[in-house]
Parts: sequence; structure tokens; C-alpha cells
Amino acid sequence: MYGLKKDWVLEKKPRVCVLEDYMGAEARWCPGCGDHAVLNSVQRVARDLQLAPERTVVVSGIGCSSRFPHYMKTYGFHGLHGRALPVASGIRSRRPDLDIFVVTGDGDCCAIGTAHWIHAIRYNMNMTVLLLDNNIYGLTKAQTSPTTKMTERSNTHPRGSFFVPIEPISVVLGIPNASFVAQTVDWNPPHLYETIRAGHEHRGLSFIRILQRCPHYTSHVFAEAQRDTSRILYMRHPEGINLPDAMSKIFKNQVEHDPSNISEARDLAREDAGVLPIGLFYKKPDALRYDEVTAEGLKMSAAEKIEAINNALDRFMV
Amino acid sequence: MKQSAIEPKEESRPAPTGEGAIEVEQHIIEIVSDSGEGAQTCGQMFGTISAKMGNGIWTVEIIPAEIEPPHRSRAGASGNRIRIGSKPVTNAGDTADVVVAFNEQVLYSRIDVGALKPGTIVYLDKVWDSSPQDEVREAYRAAVEDFRRMGFHVAEIPLEEDCLKYTDEPRRGKNMWALGMLCAVYGRDMDVACGEIRKKFRRKGEVVTQTNLDLINAGYNWALENLSERFFVPAVKDIGEMVVMNGNTAIGLGVMAAGMEICSMYPITPATSASHYLSSVYHTVGGFVHQAEDEIAAIGFALGASYSGKTAVTITSGPGLALKTEFVGLAVMAEIPLVIVVVQRGGPSTGLPTKIEQGDLLAALFASPGDSPKIILAPATIEECFHYMVTARKLAEQFRGPVIVLTDANLATGQQPFQRPVPKEEWLAAPIVQSDWDESVPPFAWDSETGLSNRPIPGQRGGEYVLTGLAHDEESHVAYESSINQRTMAMRSRKLAVLQKSLKPPKIHGDPEGDLLVVTWGSTLGAAIEAVDRLRKDGYKVSSVHLRFLSPFEPGLKAIFQKFKKVMTVEINYSDDLRMPYINEENRRPAQLARLLRDQTLLDIDSWSRVPGSPLPPGAIEEELRRRLTAEK
Repeated sequence: MYGLKKDWVLEKKPRVCVLEDYMGAEARWCPGCGDHAVLNSVQRVARDLQLAPERTVVVSGIGCSSRFPHYMKTYGFHGLHGRALPVASGIRSRRPDLDIFVVTGDGDCCAIGTAHWIHAIRYNMNMTVLLLDNNIYGLTKAQTSPTTKMTERSNTHPRGSFFVPIEPISVVLGIPNASFVAQTVDWNPPHLYETIRAGHEHRGLSFIRILQRCPHYTSHVFAEAQRDTSRILYMRHPEGINLPDAMSKIFKNQVEHDPSNISEARDLAREDAGVLPIGLFYKKPDALRYDEVTAEGLKMSAAEKIEAINNALDRFMV
Repeated sequence: MKQSAIEPKEESRPAPTGEGAIEVEQHIIEIVSDSGEGAQTCGQMFGTISAKMGNGIWTVEIIPAEIEPPHRSRAGASGNRIRIGSKPVTNAGDTADVVVAFNEQVLYSRIDVGALKPGTIVYLDKVWDSSPQDEVREAYRAAVEDFRRMGFHVAEIPLEEDCLKYTDEPRRGKNMWALGMLCAVYGRDMDVACGEIRKKFRRKGEVVTQTNLDLINAGYNWALENLSERFFVPAVKDIGEMVVMNGNTAIGLGVMAAGMEICSMYPITPATSASHYLSSVYHTVGGFVHQAEDEIAAIGFALGASYSGKTAVTITSGPGLALKTEFVGLAVMAEIPLVIVVVQRGGPSTGLPTKIEQGDLLAALFASPGDSPKIILAPATIEECFHYMVTARKLAEQFRGPVIVLTDANLATGQQPFQRPVPKEEWLAAPIVQSDWDESVPPFAWDSETGLSNRPIPGQRGGEYVLTGLAHDEESHVAYESSINQRTMAMRSRKLAVLQKSLKPPKIHGDPEGDLLVVTWGSTLGAAIEAVDRLRKDGYKVSSVHLRFLSPFEPGLKAIFQKFKKVMTVEINYSDDLRMPYINEENRRPAQLARLLRDQTLLDIDSWSRVPGSPLPPGAIEEELRRRLTAEK
């Protein structure tokens, strides 16, 4: 220890991350795009929970919303269309120390990535999955997505979509081992923030569908719900996602929903009711977590491994 | 009076030492049954017992395409070919010397593919001769006559009949009786054989183990009493510590020895058994097999794990590789280490799922959008299947990208003894780096000469970057500028040239110059060398060279090729034959390696390739080479 004074002490300042520490490149989404609100909320959640930027990974697929990692100053993985969840699962498998967010869109998650979506819910590995659902393919310019409402026009269905849209929340609630299922909207930042925060604090896969406006192609889709809060059904419960009373009272339409009640959750999730539920549909804190299995043996030493390999080889000795 | 397939030799009851037996340098034995009757197990165990007694062995599975094909059908033939020798055995050889058949129909299927020759000894279960069904009896009798007409020495054995004394389920016991019989014919050490049985049935309990011991002893004793043939294959000298296993098991062990902790896969024949083996032992080294929801998810999961600092492996076959190609491209573009094992089977499409082909070389090399330079290795032996896993992981990390390892169904299911590897700590992957990253170093700090760079791993403070499959600059920022794109493509490509510079030229088998040079890759090595050696004995000036790196190629190929009047590849994939209608020099589609070598060397490299769905026997290669060499003269 040459060159150090005798009275030298390691001065360890507590590290404090500010909002800027999570802000990456300037977001290039269209002005008015709901993605901006989600980005702001994730950055604020990261700051408020003091997530280490170097231990935070944002994984996405392809699409407008999948540009998300570029705008975070953390590790990011902007991979292939529809394939964010397998990648995120692989990252999680041996890295219990990381904070993982997955950002996916309605095309990315509910069309090309459907198989992965279903199975990631089953695996229930600890991560926060944000489905940014704007009911349209934006990046490739206005094609029908699985959540596009019937009769909505798009470039692929100029006379209106003739498909009954998929209900992402109903789908997830139908998958065994779902552990956290919530819905929120981009135009209510406090609720958006609380939902993402609750999702992140949940141990397991939290699936959050964020209804989100595309100012370019689907600005009208949620216009009414935005203007008239009675079109929204605010789900509240001590175990759920709650706003302060001053804020929650703008929702005239409220329901007390126990997030451990899956049957009621499934009823509420049906989209033919004419109201848009927001809040926590379902939570199962003790659902099996695959990442607890995949992380087994992480601490094994090289010597232990060599011994095990030798034992394995010995079984083939002649 | 003893029954004999060849000539009755009275009073010969040799001890297992080989005394009084006919000494042979090598022998090929086949065991065929209906699917589900256990001939494969019998064959594998006979191979293992022989290896334990010091013989060189090579085994090949005879696999029906379906799980439960009809009984007594040619399509249902299932079993094993075992070639045992007094030297290391490198391939399955040509025709069988001895065949044990559980019924005459499965034997026909082997005759159909030319696995037998006049003089082959056939041990055939005679139970069908007393079948209550007239047509079965008639078919059996006619077949026995037929077989004798074809020149086989047929011995009718009381396989099922004798098994019934020990078990009510002879369909599940005949294989052990047959194993006992073979042990008598080949003078196998019954202590070794019984030890294998105990090992095999350890988990099934005492009763099952005892029944199988009774069966093997019954077969052994019956043969000692009733058969006169005895063969003795001396042991290989000075072999040292050996292990015996198939190629897929070797891959699994190699994955562990390489320190890879994640194998992410989706079930596909003939690759899956590697994951089965891994699943049974992986936890002992702290690893796990992830069975994904599909092939794409399998590689995506592996890539995620690799990105997070733990280089992973995904194991698949041709159709799986086809599905994975987009992710392979991402691994190239974003420079993520990854090991992809492709156990090749017959294509195109679903093709021949259980059978060998070397048809995925071009797919491995080219099947990705745009230019996707990557490393491709091809082990030639089961031993190499093991060691190449360590090499592949290291290359993937050092050259920061995917490494594809091409094996095939022949290596996957064949068994061969090899020197027991001694695992070393330096083979294992290093722990994930978590020290701070020098912020002034970008995530793609390409060395402008070599294209090499180090990558930050999540957890490294100061190294935060967003990996992207989009064109990107050194900072991993999306960049569409033409100059950046040109440079980054060059950087990714350059790495292969750098690797190539570090490789040695391949060794030539035979003289370094001559009339013909045979170039091979993958599991054809042993058969090609055997064919070349036979021809060299006859005075032909033929040599061979075997390639293990297929991208980049080992250096010096052009110089090697130029010393020969003709150069040709021998491969198990499809190529047009110039003697066929419409085919000429201008439109002929050559075999896959030949295509690449022609491209790389600008030499007129010919090819001979076949797609029989089975390994190329040395005899077939020899015949074709002889034809060409003779035509030259």
C-alpha cells in the first residue's frame, strides 16, 4: 500500500441517482405519442426506487414502442420483432441481480410474439412487462393489429377490420401461473406511475397493458375515454393499485375488486362491457417462479464443477 | 449335435480368451428387431462390453422413422450395427459379418440396403416357424430358403422360446438373450457383461435386474452348448484410459466441460438426446436445460443469457436452424457470443428426421438476412464432439459472435471409445465480469485492423449501452450513414480473416502430391481414409484431407490442392451427377463443400456425394474413387 497516508480512509458517499441518470438519447417518437408518458414514468420509478442504471436492462422487440431502450441510460436490448420475452427470460435466468423491463407493442406481443407471450406468463420470471397497446402498427404505417377494433380502417383493411380484437388481459388471465395483471392508460400519469411501480415491486412477471394513443393513426380510439372519465372503470382495493383520494375521485365509475379473485378479474376484463377497467386485475404473489429454478447452482466453484465433470466422465469409462 | 451356421465343428467349446476361436482383425455385427424389442439397447451394450474389453468400436443405430411401426415389417427394422476391431475403428464399415434378426422381415430391410453379403452369418429367431398363423409360418419358411439362396449362413435359434422360460414378456427380454449369445460367440467376458446389465437396470430394481441376468446367461449358455462359431477380436494395444459414448452425449459433456451453464433447446430429432443427457447431469455443475416453447425462443433465450454474460448453447437440427436464422443474424450484428450445435439430418423440409446428411453447410453459412459472417466448425469424431464445445465457446467469446458446430446423425447416435478427457479449470467460462467499465471505451471499440472488441456486460458500471440489431456505430447508436455501414460490415467480416490467420493448414493423409485428393468434412473422415488406404495399397496415388473449420477455412488449401491432378470432395448431401439427363458443367449443382472450395480457390474441384440416409460405407467411396482413378489412366 505504497503512497497512502496512514490516516487514509475510504470515503464512501452514498450514491444517489437522479432522473438524468436514466435518460438516454432524446426520444424520437411523434409529439403527443403515449410512449413519452410511459418513458417518463419508467424513469421516475427507476429514480424513486434508486435502481442502479448498470443493473437495469430494458429489453424490447421491434416497433415504435420498442425504441424505448435507446431512450434509457441503462443497459438495453433492442432485438427482434416479437422476441423480447425469450431474450429477457434468458437474461433473467442467471442474473437475479438485474432489474428487467420488457417493452413490447400490440403487434410485437400479441401477433408475431404470441407464443412467447403465453409462455413467458407461465414461466413467471421476475420482470416488468409493459405492453404499449395503441391498437395499430405504427412504425410500418397503419396496419391492423390484433387489438385494432372491428371496423377500424387501416392500410391493410381499408374497408375496416373484420376481426374481433384480441383481449390481452383476458388472454393473460387465462394462462395458468399468471402472477400480476394490470391495466392503465398513458393519459393518467399518476396511475401509470403507480402501476409500473407496483409491477416492478412484484416478484414475478408483472404484465401491464398500457392503453396508449397514437396521435398519427389512432388518436380517436381512446378519445372518448380520455374526455369522459365515466367510460373508465377504476378498480380499487387495499391490495390493488390506488391513487390518492383527491385524484381517484375524478373516476365516477369505481369498483372494489379483490386482486386475488380471478373469476371476478376475468369478468372485469371482458372488453364488451363498454367501460375500460384500470388498476390491478389479479395478483398471486406466491406463483411459481422459473427464475428461482434457473438460478440454482450459480455459486458453484470451478473446483466443484471439475469434480462433477470428472464424475460424469467416469460413468463412461471402459 | 450342435447347431451351426457354418460348418459343424465338434468338440469346440472355447473359453472366452479366444482359444480355439477364429481370430479376426475386425468384425461387423448387426442386431435388428421390431421397434420396441430392444435391439438398439442390445447393440449398444455389446459395443460397450467390447470397448471395455479393449476393442476399437464404432456403432451406428438402425432407426425406424416412426416410434411404433407395425410388427414384422421392413419399415420397422430397428437396431444397431457394431463394428469391433483390434485397432481403433473410425467408421461403420461395409457389410455385416454377423446379423441377429428377431424376425425375417426386419432382416429383409437390411438386405434391401445392402448391409449383408454372401457368407454373412444370420441368427434368426425360429419362433415364427411355429406361429399359429399360416401366413406367418409360410413367410418365415420361404424367407429362410430365400436367405440361404442368397448365400447367407442361416442358423435358426430358439430366441423367444428360450426367453419364455425366464420371462412372460419375451418382447422385452429377447435382446438380453441375444446379447448373451453374442457374448459367447465373441468370447466376451461375462463379468463385464453382467456388470453392464446391473448398471443398465440399476433403477429398475432387483427383480428386473435378475431377470435380465438370467436372460443373458441363458443366451450365453445356449450358444456355448449349441453354436460352434467362435470369433476372437484382439484388444487394441496400449489404449490408456478410455471412455465410450455417442456423439450427442459427448456434446453434452463438452458443454459442461466448457463451463456453459445454459442449454436452451426445443425438441428435434436427432439433436434432442444431447439435451436429454445434459438434463440428467447438468445440475451437478450448476447448469440447466431450458426447453423453450419453440426453436426461435430457444435461441432467443440462449442469446439473452449470453448477453447477460453467460455464453449459452442451443442445440438443434436443420429445420430448427431454419427457424433460428433471424436470431443468428442478430448475434452476428450485435456481436453476442453464442454456440449453436446443429446435428444434421436429411432435408429439405422435414426430410429424413432420423437419418444422416451433411446438407446444412450452406444454410449454416448463408441463411441470415444480409451478410452474416460467422464461425463454423465440424467435428469429425465423437471425441471431437466433446472438445469442440470448449473450442466453440472460447471462439464465440474471443471473436464475439455465434459459432455453429455442425455434427450429424451418424456422430450423434454412433458410439466410439476415445481417450478420457481430463477437464481443466481453464476450459470453464470465466465468471461474469462486474468491475467498472472504462467509460471512454465504447461498446464496439473495433480494432481497425482486426475488427475485434470487448463487450460490456450488464452490471458493469459505465458500460451501459443499448444492443441493437439495427446498423450501429461504435457507441451502438443507430446509424444509417453509408460510411459507417461499410466500415462496420468490414469489421464483422475481418474477424474471420483474423481467425483464419491463427489456424494451421490441415494435415494430408497420404502423400502431399498425386493423382487425386479427396476432401471431406464431418463424420465421413473414417470411411474416406479407409477407402483411400485400400486404394493406396493397390498402388493408386490418392490422398485425402479433412476440413474441420468450414468458416473460415483452414489456410493453405489452394497450395495443397494444386499438388494434385484432381481434387474432389466426398460428402453426404445432394449434388447433380454429370451423367444424368440435362446436367452439364454449366448447370450442375455441386456438393456443398465443393461449391465453397471452388469459390474460395478458383480451382476446378469436383465432388461425389450421395444421400442414402446412412453413413457412406468405405467400400462405396473406394468404388467411386477407383472408377475415377481408372478413368484417368
